[in-house]
Amino acid sequence: MSRIAVMGDRESVYGFAAVGLDVIPVQENDEAGRLLRKLAESDYAIIYMTERVYHYLHNEIAKYEDALTPAIVPIPGVSGTSGLGVAMIKKSVERAIGSDILFGGKSNA
Amino acid sequence: MARRQVNPTRMELTSQKKKLATARRGHKLLKDKRDELMRQFLILAKENMSLREEMENRLTVCAKNFALARASMPSPVLDTGLLITGQEIGVNVGAKNIMGVTTPTLNVKMKSANSADIYPYGLCFTSGDLDIAVKSLSDTLPVMLKLAETEKTARLMSAEIEKTRRRVNALEYTVIPEITETIKYISMKLDENERSNQIRLMKVKDMMLEQARGYEAVNA
Repeated sequence: MSRIAVMGDRESVYGFAAVGLDVIPVQENDEAGRLLRKLAESDYAIIYMTERVYHYLHNEIAKYEDALTPAIVPIPGVSGTSGLGVAMIKKSVERAIGSDILFGGKSNA
Repeated sequence: MARRQVNPTRMELTSQKKKLATARRGHKLLKDKRDELMRQFLILAKENMSLREEMENRLTVCAKNFALARASMPSPVLDTGLLITGQEIGVNVGAKNIMGVTTPTLNVKMKSANSADIYPYGLCFTSGDLDIAVKSLSDTLPVMLKLAETEKTARLMSAEIEKTRRRVNALEYTVIPEITETIKYISMKLDENERSNQIRLMKVKDMMLEQARGYEAVNA
């Protein structure tokens, strides 16, 4: 049975402990990358990550892009969303089709 | 379009023709695969987008709720309250095959079926705001889990579509024209040889006739 982790600044993630996710408070530094590698090697199926940490670690995350697990999903932190997640969906549509024909008209990103 | 460096022989012509048939068939199949992948991907991407928007809105509300809870009770009490977890979540990871792309299926198992187990603290010293905050987060969780699966699937599929698209284009614009050009070159060369052979034979015949006539003139 795999587990689910939440990485991010303490303020943003402490609440997830109550609903049964593994909370891993991290700062944006080398420690975060080391922790991510450790989580990915152990049995974690989903890793939620605040957008700021996600942005900081995007080089590390690229390694797990083509793997089945873990699914690394950016979530908004306490400061709200920066549009990173939406931008990533647009990017994957662009990668697949060649241009963003689905959400090109929406300006909320 | 550049042709391939081959010997213009009948055997080579046959093998190039076979290659062309294979390339055409591969191109058609890959094109069909790309179209179907694209169709499924577009549905998935739309779902992904709406799930993400829903999750982001909900999590923003959750963050507000937690800020309120933190404001209405002492920080240490809140921290200790959330320290012990009553609920645990496990995920069963399966694999699904969509048009040759292996995608994950995530089946979530809650350790405790009791929905009240998300409140791991005593209700005596904590404020009601915390209950509201934890409840809102727990309500958001299913959306988050669905999003994780959808987003991962969409990302894997987009990589596969890109790969397939490149293959289709390579076949359509490089491989097939190249082979066609090669076949044309070989058949032209063979025809040319044929004609030159014909002419040579005619010439030889003429020369032989000439010679024969010479003999006749001498013998007569």
